[in-house]
Amino acid sequence: MNATDLAIDVSHLVTHYGSRKILDDISFQARQGEIMVIMGGSGSGKSTLLRHLLGLHQPTSGSIRLLGKDITQLSADEMYDLRKNMGVAFQGGALFNSMTVGENVELPLREHTRLDENTMRIMSRMKLEVVNLAGFENLMPSELSGGMIKRAALARAIVMDPRLLFFDEPSAGLDPVVSAELDELILILRDAMNMTIVVVTHELESAFKIADRITVLDQGRILMSDTVAAVRASSNERIQSLLNRKPRNEAINPDEYMERLTREIF
Amino acid sequence: MTLNPLLSFVSQVGQRSLQSVREVGYHAALLAEAFYWLLFGHWRRQPVRLGAVFKEAVGVGVNAIPIVALASFATGMMLAIQGIYTLRTFGAEGQVVLGIALSVTREFAPLITGIFVAGRSGSAIAARIGTMQISQEIDALRVIGINPVRYLVAPLLAAMLLTLPALTILSDLVALFGGALYCAGELSLPMGIFFERTFEVLVAEDVIHGVLKSFIFAVIVTLIGAGNGFNVSAGAEGVGQATTRAVVLGCIGIILADMVFTFLTSR
Repeated sequence: MNATDLAIDVSHLVTHYGSRKILDDISFQARQGEIMVIMGGSGSGKSTLLRHLLGLHQPTSGSIRLLGKDITQLSADEMYDLRKNMGVAFQGGALFNSMTVGENVELPLREHTRLDENTMRIMSRMKLEVVNLAGFENLMPSELSGGMIKRAALARAIVMDPRLLFFDEPSAGLDPVVSAELDELILILRDAMNMTIVVVTHELESAFKIADRITVLDQGRILMSDTVAAVRASSNERIQSLLNRKPRNEAINPDEYMERLTREIF
Repeated sequence: MTLNPLLSFVSQVGQRSLQSVREVGYHAALLAEAFYWLLFGHWRRQPVRLGAVFKEAVGVGVNAIPIVALASFATGMMLAIQGIYTLRTFGAEGQVVLGIALSVTREFAPLITGIFVAGRSGSAIAARIGTMQISQEIDALRVIGINPVRYLVAPLLAAMLLTLPALTILSDLVALFGGALYCAGELSLPMGIFFERTFEVLVAEDVIHGVLKSFIFAVIVTLIGAGNGFNVSAGAEGVGQATTRAVVLGCIGIILADMVFTFLTSR
């Protein structure tokens, strides 16, 4: 794979929270126009990985190249320019509660461009049309349902026509029909706008439906990062148990168990 | 075993001190950053918008007028009652005007205004920013490329620096009016004479003294409110704690700063 058409190139990423290691030697790539699903159970480190990809934290070591630029080395101004090419839809939507849906979607345009009021309004309405929320621009976020909030957040994320889109848990807390609609929407965005889309999820069905490639995280390490077919065919025990929803049956070490129970008791 | 309680006490004191120093440092950095965006935001393509400043000014300043006016009126009247009661012992009730004029402009007006704004807005700032923190709205701002300090704190700081001195001058006038009203009833001193004497004894420096204090109070209320909001991490309970801390620390901060400022300037 040619290094120039890599939209995301993470290599040897190590991160800590306090003294606890969260991510350990993470390396993976995603090409322009590809949907990369980051999958893993609760506590696997996938949310932490996303926060690092968004440049919200500084890693302990390793590099994260987005659109060819290493965000761990960028100056504030360069990061500011890069952010115009990044869109993010957070798990809970993170819409600004004091603004209407329309104002939320317009905000990136207002901050990054010098368009006039009417142009911004038309552009935000176009994006609301894309996510099937036409006519809702004057409502407040508190008046929307869970699925509508996610779609509004998606509209805000794509209003600048970014080359990179990050989507955190698109189907969490939604009924199957609504989450299937969101999956369709993600596929449409990739095909129509050639976006590179990173989706973080623990929903298997949705992951297999939309992914071009899947990165499986477990306890802060990458189990594998490959095509959907390869992940399905993997013989790795942890991946298989994730795919087949088998509970973890880790053997208990009696000494460690006793130590945990009696720790800090005098 | 006997050393354990002592050791843990010492280590607790150490950790508390470290925490306090860290907090002071954090607020100082917040202040520097907010001023940076106010002054240089334009060159960094992230200007602090005038509309946002005015919106905040209405929230923290204009909407506080009724409560600050009421409190100031009562304070002025209370000063008159106490002043006449005390001075009567010396048969010097007539001197009450001097006492009211000086204590209102130099001390009570800025203090009352500061404390009421800390109670009204300090808590509101902490609650707003804290809620935005836990609902990931602060993260959303950052990924859009909007610096949260520039967007949330800088307009607030500007609005506070504009409105708190104005509120203090309003408080001066209303408190003097309250004092004058009581003197008119109790000492049959016409209000015109009251204000005439007031302006005779007051020099510009007295009013400026109070207004300077209000600038310091504006900074304290904004920083403590915003700082506690940004540091919320644990859900709804965290927001509640931050709100309480913002009010308590804000009020204490104002009173301590007042004492130090008065000590340094009034001797």
